[in-house]
Amino acid sequence: MIPEIGNLALAFGLALALVQFVMPLVGIATNRWRMVLVAKPAAIGQFIFVALSFACLAWSFYINDFSVAYVASHSNSSLPVAYRIGATWGGHEGSLLLWAFILSSWTFAVAMLSKALPALTRARVLAVLGFVSIGFICFILFTSNPFDRLIPIYPIDGSDLNPLLQDPGMVFHPPLLYMGYVGFSVAFAFALAALLEGRIDTLWARWVRPWTQAAWMFLTLGIAAGSWWAYYELGWGGWWFWDPVENASFMPWLIGTALLHSLAATEKRGVFKAWTTLLAIAAFSFSLLGTFLVRSGVLTSVHAFANDPVRGTYILIFLGVVVGASLFLFAARASKVSVTSWYNLLSRELLFLVNNLILVVATVMILIGTLQPIISEMLNLGKISVGPPYFNLVFTILMTPLIFLVGLGPIVNWRQHSFQDLVARTRYAAIASLAAGLVFVISEFERQATDLVQIFVGVFLIAWVIILNLGDWWKRASKKRSSTLMNLHKISPSFIAMYTAHIGMVIVVIGVVISSHFSVEKNIRLGIGQNEVVEGYQFTFEKLTDVVGPNYDALRGHFTVTKNDEVVARLEPEKRRYHASGQWMTEAGIDASLMRDLYVALGERLPDSNDWAVRIYVKPYVSCLWLGGILMGLGGLIAMTDKRYRARAKQTSKSSDSIALEAV
Amino acid sequence: MLESNKKLIYILPFVLFIAMTVLLYTGLGKDPTKLDSQLIGQPIPAFEKTLLLSPDKTISEKDVQGPALVNVFASWCPACYHEHPYLMQLTQSKTVKIYGLNYKDKREAGLKFINDLGNPYDLILFDDNGRLGVDLGVYGAPETFVINSDNKIVYRHVGIVNLDVWQTILKPKMFPEANEQQEQGAK
Repeated sequence: MIPEIGNLALAFGLALALVQFVMPLVGIATNRWRMVLVAKPAAIGQFIFVALSFACLAWSFYINDFSVAYVASHSNSSLPVAYRIGATWGGHEGSLLLWAFILSSWTFAVAMLSKALPALTRARVLAVLGFVSIGFICFILFTSNPFDRLIPIYPIDGSDLNPLLQDPGMVFHPPLLYMGYVGFSVAFAFALAALLEGRIDTLWARWVRPWTQAAWMFLTLGIAAGSWWAYYELGWGGWWFWDPVENASFMPWLIGTALLHSLAATEKRGVFKAWTTLLAIAAFSFSLLGTFLVRSGVLTSVHAFANDPVRGTYILIFLGVVVGASLFLFAARASKVSVTSWYNLLSRELLFLVNNLILVVATVMILIGTLQPIISEMLNLGKISVGPPYFNLVFTILMTPLIFLVGLGPIVNWRQHSFQDLVARTRYAAIASLAAGLVFVISEFERQATDLVQIFVGVFLIAWVIILNLGDWWKRASKKRSSTLMNLHKISPSFIAMYTAHIGMVIVVIGVVISSHFSVEKNIRLGIGQNEVVEGYQFTFEKLTDVVGPNYDALRGHFTVTKNDEVVARLEPEKRRYHASGQWMTEAGIDASLMRDLYVALGERLPDSNDWAVRIYVKPYVSCLWLGGILMGLGGLIAMTDKRYRARAKQTSKSSDSIALEAV
Repeated sequence: MLESNKKLIYILPFVLFIAMTVLLYTGLGKDPTKLDSQLIGQPIPAFEKTLLLSPDKTISEKDVQGPALVNVFASWCPACYHEHPYLMQLTQSKTVKIYGLNYKDKREAGLKFINDLGNPYDLILFDDNGRLGVDLGVYGAPETFVINSDNKIVYRHVGIVNLDVWQTILKPKMFPEANEQQEQGAK
């Protein structure tokens, strides 16, 4: 019964999404005010029904209803409750329903929080979101219905969730990521509304910015969570693989980052208007493209769930309609919103332009690398993939100048900045950063030349960004009267957000540079009672015990780590065998701290002995990767709290509403 | 003139997008997990490759003797780390010969992979330039080819090999007779 209710609720959601899309646009075209006003209640209704549908699916998982095909193939009665709920989005159908649910949640938020918007703009924005909802709900109902039953013969027990996904990471990572992905739909809808209206002003940028910041924050946290999950779940200490699906989430992030900056310039200086709308369209298009790449089976990856040409065709047509129509609208209307404006060669506008250019080029390079198997097949070279070496090289080359600019960005003024002043303000930072780089190079002199160059550039950039951003923060706060330290938080939240996000980014760079150059990895044979010293840490293999988990049996290794005869950590790596699937999984034992991670993973028991192949890693500063990610997300959160997004919007709302009323 | 140039620029994204859609459409429907049909039933393409573990030795397609699996792996491929423990189990059961093809790797990295995780392979070919991979139609790692007793390629599997894949897909392809006998026996 419950699955049928879920199915029906989704169908109602579809009907309301249709209303939400058609009525406002027809109302605007034919000057019928009442039809325009339908947008908001339709959006709210759509949200309620889609949420109900999602809840029905989660409930079917909760009560182990294996007559539902999707539940039977992704869950098992011995699966712990948290993972049963997480399994709701553990496969193709359910993760699409999560997509639709999150989209309707964003729509609901826009409907509720947009009182300040002119009624016509709101109606257009909701109509665009309604259209996207229609596409996704149809996709679910007609090609990927999670409520299909296995009646009359259904299994007594389910075939279990992939053990790789049985992890707390699975519960958080996809929803966060989807919140980000789908969140860009709001900026997208605003961009289309602006193109339809043919007008973009400071107010428009001010409406869009908090929504974009929110989506960006979720996407940042989602990517960080995914990387952390890979790090400890895959069992060999890697944290980024340039897998097609990772790339699919990274491309919207890069474009979203460009959009954040471009929106700032549009708000403050009224420049880059057409460009900003294009980026807003692009950010969401890349989210859709990511969905296409993951769902269509065009590329295979460890993340791929399904490989069904019908689904692929559907998404491609939908992608074609949504993106094609928006880019067509852009081609027709962008000249209306664009303005010619003036800024000097050295100005913040220019830095933003370079920032945007680099981010877009990086996105295109990743896109080319990701689609390369298809491209080379078209050229009859056979399907070959370029692999991480290509991505690492391209990305390092592009990010180096970008990070350099992150140091300058806050200092350089809008419109123009004198070169002499810039030199004067950055020379001490430059000297200090050069010195920091040299210190590292000298202390690591025995390494290869390419290593040394990377270390030098890395350390220089890290010091450069931190000194200049913190210095600028200090300077801004010191303009207030009393003690500077007490005023650090009293400057505008937008600035605090910027410094936090920039420093978060450079902390990620610290994690990347140091953990890739200074990690020590040992793969050794170790018997019980034996020990191994790595980087001054003595790892002792104390014993091996049998553990019975809720749905697996495991061998648990007990390791004691001592340094200078003091116990610093006890690690318990496991080899788990999951009952339902018979698959073996490696759970690494990790002791994480800011300065270093100690990491032990059990390999295989060596033949004819009780010794084990054991992997021991000491990874300095690897936690910085996730700490930096969280700081960046925090930056996004702080940015949203800026009062001007609310206060000014209220002042003008009345006048624009009345104009809208007259217009209708 | 400046105005018309600007208009052209605004049309550019639309044009690029159409081009990309065409590209994606051609990729669609070609299931990447299925072998390009011209290779099925064909002998292994001719090659001459050094061995990963002994760089001074060279072997050719004549040295490959089926029935066997040819497993394509690389140290830069995360899924290969995942698949590896099962290959170790499979090789210990001594039911099948496994050739490794270390694909587009650096020799030191490939050696490290084997030294760290163990060697499930009877022989490991070192395909540094990916030439043999291209001839086989490999587009990523891991991939596993099934070679029958006549030294012909009978199947190509994309993605990791585990117990399930081996028993339900690869093994029946490799020993079709055994399967039929079993089925007849069951009747």
